[in-house]
Amino acid sequence: MIGLPHYLVVSLIVFLLGLYCVLTRRNAIGILMGVELILNSANINYIAFARYSSGGYDGQVFAVFVIMLAAAEATIGLAIVLGIYQTFQTIDVEATETLRG
Amino acid sequence: MSEFSFFPLVFYLLAAVTVVSAAGVAFSRNVVYSAFSLMGTLMGAAGLFLLLAADFVAVVQVLIYVGGILVLMLFAVMLTVRIADVRISNRSLGRLPAAVVIAVTGAVMGRAIVGTTWHQTPLNAPVPTTYGIGDAFLSRFVLPFELASMVLLAALIGAVALSRKELKGNGS
Amino acid sequence: MHDTVTVEYLRWIVLLPLLGAVLNGVTGAAIQKALGKRAISVIACAPVVLAFGLAVRAFVQLRALAPESRLLLDRLFTWMSVGGLHVDIAFQADPLSAVMVLVVTGVGGLIHIYSIGYMHDEKSYWRYFGFLNLFTFAMLTLVLADNLLLMFVGWEGVGLCSYALIGFWYTDWDKASAGSKAFIVNRVGDFGFMLGTFLLFWILSGLGHPTLAFREIGAQAHLLAGQTFAGMDAVTLITLLMFVGACGKSAQIPLYVWLPDAMAGPTPVSALIHAATMVTAGVYMIGRMNFLYSMAPTTLAVVAFGGALTALFAATIGLAQNDIKRVLAYSTISQLGYMFLAMGVGAYAAGIFHLMTHAFFKACLFLGSGSVIHGMHGEQDMRRMGGLRRWMPYTYWTFLISTVAIAGIPPTSGFFSKDEILWKAFSSAHGGVVLWAMGFTGAGLTAFYMFRQVFMTFHGECRADHHTQEHIHESPAVMTYPLVALAVLALVGGFVGVPAALGGANEFEQWLAPVFGHGHAAAHAGHHVEWSEYLLMGLSVAIAVTGILVARAMYLTKSLSPDSFAELAHGKPYRVVYNKYYVDELYEAVFVNGTLWLTRVAAWFDQHVIDGIVNGAAQVTTMVSWLNGLFDNYVIDGLVNGIATVVNFVGGRVRRLQTGSINAYLYVVVIAVVGVMIARLF
Repeated sequence: MIGLPHYLVVSLIVFLLGLYCVLTRRNAIGILMGVELILNSANINYIAFARYSSGGYDGQVFAVFVIMLAAAEATIGLAIVLGIYQTFQTIDVEATETLRG
Repeated sequence: MSEFSFFPLVFYLLAAVTVVSAAGVAFSRNVVYSAFSLMGTLMGAAGLFLLLAADFVAVVQVLIYVGGILVLMLFAVMLTVRIADVRISNRSLGRLPAAVVIAVTGAVMGRAIVGTTWHQTPLNAPVPTTYGIGDAFLSRFVLPFELASMVLLAALIGAVALSRKELKGNGS
Repeated sequence: MHDTVTVEYLRWIVLLPLLGAVLNGVTGAAIQKALGKRAISVIACAPVVLAFGLAVRAFVQLRALAPESRLLLDRLFTWMSVGGLHVDIAFQADPLSAVMVLVVTGVGGLIHIYSIGYMHDEKSYWRYFGFLNLFTFAMLTLVLADNLLLMFVGWEGVGLCSYALIGFWYTDWDKASAGSKAFIVNRVGDFGFMLGTFLLFWILSGLGHPTLAFREIGAQAHLLAGQTFAGMDAVTLITLLMFVGACGKSAQIPLYVWLPDAMAGPTPVSALIHAATMVTAGVYMIGRMNFLYSMAPTTLAVVAFGGALTALFAATIGLAQNDIKRVLAYSTISQLGYMFLAMGVGAYAAGIFHLMTHAFFKACLFLGSGSVIHGMHGEQDMRRMGGLRRWMPYTYWTFLISTVAIAGIPPTSGFFSKDEILWKAFSSAHGGVVLWAMGFTGAGLTAFYMFRQVFMTFHGECRADHHTQEHIHESPAVMTYPLVALAVLALVGGFVGVPAALGGANEFEQWLAPVFGHGHAAAHAGHHVEWSEYLLMGLSVAIAVTGILVARAMYLTKSLSPDSFAELAHGKPYRVVYNKYYVDELYEAVFVNGTLWLTRVAAWFDQHVIDGIVNGAAQVTTMVSWLNGLFDNYVIDGLVNGIATVVNFVGGRVRRLQTGSINAYLYVVVIAVVGVMIARLF
C-alpha cells in the first residue's frame, strides 16, 4: 500500500530537481523557481508526516506557514530581480559580478 | 469484491505529474516553459495534499501558490524578457559538479528514507481540517501566526520600497 | 717682635696710586682732551707724593716705638679662608718695609715729576701715567704686604706693568717684543717663586702651622730645620726656588737678558723700574725671608756666588757698550749682583743699604741720560755725543756726582754701601777671599766704564752733526729739579750707614736689626781685627781711582788708545764682550728655537696622529654606517617587503573566493549543508 516512504520519495525527487535548478540555472527567476520546488518538497513531507503520525494537525499548520513565508520570500526576491534587471538590463546571474574580488 | 483501490493509482498519477513537471522546471531551456511547468508541479502537489487528507492546505496551495506566487513569477518573467532578444540565455553552469552533489545528496537521503523503519500510525478517515487548523492557529500557534503576519507586513513594505525605487527611475 | 700696633693709614699708601691709575687709565683719554695734560699730571703725581707723606708718617711712628715692637699692621679684610689657608689683605710696616716704602715713594715721586717734562710731547700721556701709577701701586703692595700671597700679587703686578711700560711704544715691533721678552723671562722666575711658596706652605701646614704671613712664618721658622722634601733639605729647596724668582725679577744670571732690551721703554721707566724699584724686589724678598735663608747655608753660597759672578760679568759687558742707556743697564745688573752678594754672605742690612744708595744714584744717572737724550733730540749713541757739559750744566753736574757715587769714592753714599758689602764679603763666615776679589775687580771695572761714559758724553769735542748741535738745550726745570734732589741724596745719603771703623754708629744697620737680628749672627761670626777693614777700604778706593784715571787717559786726554785694547788678541775678546758673550743668541738657539721645534713636533703629531685617529674613527663610522645601511636595506626592508608580498600573495589567492557569482555562493551553501548533513549521519 502507499505508505509514508512513497511520499518521501516523491518529495526527495522534487527536492533534488529543485536543487538542480538552484545550482545550475543562470536565470535568476529560474533559481527562484528552484527554491519554490524545494519548499514544496518540504511541504509534501510535512503533510505526509502529519498524516501518518499521531501529531494531529501540526504538520499542516506548518505547511501553511511555509506557504506564507514562501509567498513573502518570492515577493521580495522578485522585487530584487526586477531591481537587478533595471540596473544590469539582464537577469543573468553571471552578469552581476561587480562584487568580484 | 477484490480490494481494488484507486488510491495507489491516483497517487502514482499525481506523483508522476508532480515529478514530470518538476523535471520540466529544471531542464527546460525556456524560462517561460519553466514557469508553466512550475504550475504543474504546484497543482500536482496540491493533489497530493488532498490525498493526504489536507484539504485546507491543498486549497491554500492552489490559491496562494498558484494564484499568487506563480502569477507573480510570470509577471516577473514577462517583465524581464527582452522581446527582441529571443535567445534567453539559460545555459546552465557546471552541470557535472551539480550532478555530483545531487547524486551524493540523493544517495544519502534515499538511503535514509529506505533504510529507516517508519513508525506509521493507522490512517483515520479523512475529516475536514479547516476547523482544526484555525483552532491551532489561534491557540497553540498564535505566536508564530502573529509573527508570520509581521513577516508578511515587512515583505509588503519591502516590496513597495524596492519597487518605488525602480518606478521612480534610476538612482533616486 | 710680636707686638703689633694697628693702624689704618698704611692702606692709603697703596690705594692712592691705585686710585690715580684707575682714574687715568679709565678716563684718562677724556680728561686729557678736556682738561689737558696738566690735569693728568696732577692726578698721577699727587697720589705718589701723598703716599710719600704717609710713608714718612709711618717711619716717624716706628721710630717712636721700642725696637722690639716696631711693627705697624693695617688689616683690611680676609681675602680667603680655605681649608687651612687663611690669607688677609693686610699691610705691615716694619723697619725694612719702611725703608723700601720711602725709597719707592720718594724716588718714584721724583721720577713722576720728571716724567711730566720728559713725556711732554707724548700723545698717550694719560696711558703712560696710568701705568706708572699702577706700577707704583703694585710695587707698594709687594713691599707692604704682610703675607707671601699678597706679596706675590704685587710681584706679578710689577712684572705686568713693566711689560706694559717697556713696550709703551708698541707700534714699534722691537720695542713691543722687548716688553714681551721681559715678561716671559720674568715668568720663568715667577714659576720658581711660586714653587717655593707652595713648598713652604706645604711643609708648614704639615707641621701644623698653615700660614703665609711673614711674622708667623718667622715665628715658626725654627720648626723647618731638618725637614726634608724628596730627599733634600726643605729649607734649602724653598730658598733656592725663591731665589730663582729673585733672579728673574732682579736680573741675575741666567735670567738677566731682559733688562738690557728693556731700555726700549721711556727713560723715566728705566729709571723707576729698572734702577730703583722693581729690580730690587728680589733683594727685598731675600731680606724679608732672611730667617729662612740663614738656615740654608747652601743657598746662601749660591746667592753670593751668583751675585758676585753677575757683578763681574755684567761689568765686563758694560765696558764695550756704546748706547748710553745700555751702559747703565749693565751697570744696574752689576750693582744688583753686589746686593745679592751681600745677602749671600749674611750681610742683609748691607744689601738693603746698597739698594737704597743705588736707587739714588742710578735713578739720577738714568734721568740724567734721559735729559741728554731729550736735549739731543733722541740720540742715544755716545759716539755721537761729546762736550755736552757746555750746554747742559745741571745734567752734567748731577750726572757726575752720581757717577762718583757709583764708583765708590768717599764720602758719597756709594762708597759706604759698596765698601760695606766688600768688607762683609771678605770677613763674614759665609764669605771669602774669592768673593771679595770678584767684587773688588768689578768695582774697578765699574769706575772705569762709568767714567768712560762721562768723558764720552760730556767732555771733549761734540761729535754730533751740525743740525743736532744747534738744538742742544738743557732740560726744563721740571726735569732738572728731580736730578738735583737725587744727586744730593746720592751725595749725603750714605751718612746714615757710616761703619764703626770710621767712627760712625751705622744707624742704618741698627735700624734694620729687629728684622735681621737672626741673620746678623751669621755675619758677625768671623769678626776680624779692624786693620784689615781699613786695608780693604783703602784698596777699594785705590782701584776706583785707578779705573777713573785709565778712563781719563783713554777718553779725555787720549793718551791711551781704546782701539788698541779693542784689537788685542785679534779683537776677539772685544767682540765677544761687545756682543754680550752671545748669551742672547745662545738662548735664542736653545730655548726659543727649541720651543719652536717642539711646537712643530706637536703640530705634526696633532696633524698626523691625532687627526689620523679622528679621521680614522670617522672612516670607521662611515663604514659601519654603510654596513648598517646595507643591513637595513636588504634585511630589514626585505623582511618588511616580504611580509607585504606574502600578504599580497595570499590575498590574491583568497580573493578569488569572491567571484561575485551567485551560483558559486549557492554552491557553497548547498555543499556546506550537505556536508553537515552527511557528517551528522555518520
